[in-house]
Amino acid sequence: MKKTFSFMLMLVVAMSLVLSACGQAKNGGTNEGGSKVESDGSGKDFKIGMVTDVGGVNDKSFNQSAWEALQKLKASTGAETKFLESKGEADMEPNLNNFVREGYSLTWGIGMLFEDAMKKVATENPDAKLAVIDAVVEAPNVTSVTFAEQEGSFLVGVVAGLMTKTNNIGFVGGMEIPVITRFAKGFEAGIKAVNPEAKVNITYSGAFDKPDLGKSIAATMYNDGADIIFHASGGTGNGVFNEAIERKKSGKEVWVIGVDKDQSLEFGDEVTLTSMMKGVEAAVTKVSKDLIDGKWQGGSHQVLGLKDDAVGLPETSTKNVPEDVLKKVEEYKTKIVSGEITVPSA
Amino acid sequence: MDVIKKIFNEKRSLLVPVVSIVLGLLIGAIAMLAGGYNPILAYSSLFNRVIGSPYHMGETIRAITPLIFTGIAVAFAFRTGLFNIGVEGQFVMGMTGATLVGVLLDLPWYIHGPLAVITGAVFGGLWAGIVGYLKAKRGVNEVISSIMLNWTALYLANLIVSRFLTDPGQQKSRAIHESALMNIDWLVQLMDKARIHWGTFVALACVIIFYIILWRTKQGYELRAVGHNPEAALYAGMNVNRTIVKSMMISGVFAGLGGVFEVLGVFGNQTIMAASPGYGFDGIAVALLGGNTPVGVLLAAILFGGLSYGSAGMSFGAGVPQEIVRIVIGSVIFFVAAHGIVKFILKPFMSKRAKRKEAA
Repeated sequence: MKKTFSFMLMLVVAMSLVLSACGQAKNGGTNEGGSKVESDGSGKDFKIGMVTDVGGVNDKSFNQSAWEALQKLKASTGAETKFLESKGEADMEPNLNNFVREGYSLTWGIGMLFEDAMKKVATENPDAKLAVIDAVVEAPNVTSVTFAEQEGSFLVGVVAGLMTKTNNIGFVGGMEIPVITRFAKGFEAGIKAVNPEAKVNITYSGAFDKPDLGKSIAATMYNDGADIIFHASGGTGNGVFNEAIERKKSGKEVWVIGVDKDQSLEFGDEVTLTSMMKGVEAAVTKVSKDLIDGKWQGGSHQVLGLKDDAVGLPETSTKNVPEDVLKKVEEYKTKIVSGEITVPSA
Repeated sequence: MDVIKKIFNEKRSLLVPVVSIVLGLLIGAIAMLAGGYNPILAYSSLFNRVIGSPYHMGETIRAITPLIFTGIAVAFAFRTGLFNIGVEGQFVMGMTGATLVGVLLDLPWYIHGPLAVITGAVFGGLWAGIVGYLKAKRGVNEVISSIMLNWTALYLANLIVSRFLTDPGQQKSRAIHESALMNIDWLVQLMDKARIHWGTFVALACVIIFYIILWRTKQGYELRAVGHNPEAALYAGMNVNRTIVKSMMISGVFAGLGGVFEVLGVFGNQTIMAASPGYGFDGIAVALLGGNTPVGVLLAAILFGGLSYGSAGMSFGAGVPQEIVRIVIGSVIFFVAAHGIVKFILKPFMSKRAKRKEAA
């Protein structure tokens, strides 16, 4: 009995190690805003709160972008900003309520999982002002912001289609849900537009927080002859990058296309071909700034796409993408903005 | 005075856990001071978030409830010598069973609600039953099989929800019919719209059932006998294999019920999950912390749930970053779990008091 018990204890310790490793990405949280802009004080009467989804505030993805936007806003306007992390879906509603009941002028919910919680909190507190990213909440006091991910993905698809040498391209999605399939559809359409021959392998890992899974999927794809992988899978994508870095070191020619932020800053130019940037930061800044300037519109739904420069390639792309390819990208961008091409989203 | 002495006497004392919590909070305070944060403000924000307003009180109860279920689920199997690490999966299966009935059927409330609850409980029970069966018939270690079934449950649940219960373009199931929901409306109003549901009362009832089954029935005696020594139990003429399956199934029912009330009482739908909710793993900690006793598990769940819900208050009220919040919670749980250390520290004080008693 004693033996089994100590074995169990060991297991529990091992389990907790594994579990805490899962949560390790959430460090930090008090990072100062990068630039030292003089505050003009216009926002000092405003308190803006933000609730993250389960990824936490340092997810190297949209939660982090949103928080960076608020920190910069604090620096430039003097508005008070704060965030709360949701450990599970059940935390979202009380976290939103926490800000609302403390009388915050605006409360952000970051991510599509906020749909229900936001709807409920908005209905119960008609005087509160709320805003949500990646979800659409129909309430007079909520601003919803979504992105036309398919348009930006189309452009990185053009890059991949023109630059692949093996005519074999991979896509790793976090989960098969609408926001991620928009990435996949746009990417595929972009590749087919410039390189109908290329084979596109679309895989969903089923998780946004499993780098090990991303690594093994990437290994399979590269083994099958893919030379470029586009990931839209949050933390799972870190594994895709790691696999690519290892292969690069052993002399293989492989690339990753990053997502949400300019991921070449994080993982280096050696493996990051380009990134499909999603302007979460710009969107959070814009809506919050509207509030401070008295232009806030509740009940509106904004779809931000190429025409708003809310999705697209980062400037660092010039390092690895040749100029003629970028020229092609620019061409397609004009066509999409003008409506000549409509990118499929589902 | 005598009452206080009784409470703090050495044998069944509250002294050790209380000192453990205080020690944990002290270590946490040191960590906060080292980081340049105000521990007094942080702790008052913590308690403020837990009991500061009816809403937060209600939400704390909401956070504690699933931990009671998963805690007794783990503890029950533990008492039979089984380490049910698969509570997480059984929890998810319970959610799925309840969602299936809640979304697909449309019945009057007095049938619909109970049917959804029972279906979820049965789902959880059967899921754990697989583990028990494999152990009894094939000798498969329950730790391995139940941990694997956690993943199976997660992806099976996602498959069921996405194929049968979801409208196109959504990543959550259709809303569960009102008739199956388990909210207690008047209490929700009373608690300022906190999500209070019948699950809390069922959880408390389950703690009592846990006690009655294990310590007040013949079957419970068998279950515990198998836990102490399976060979001896076999020699005494008990059917060890059947007991193992039975124990796993009851454990799974408790876990499943936890999942049931999470969807029927809290969410009203089920999302396609990227990761399982984690209550099952917390349940292991709760069961160990509570020493696998009914009251212990209940208190551990309250401590665990209160700390984890209240922790957001520390970052909100005092700006303490998440890592330090985790250090605080971790050190409290560490000292409660490692009460041997606390007893060791307390020993000199204890003996002094005992001596004084002798002298008097």
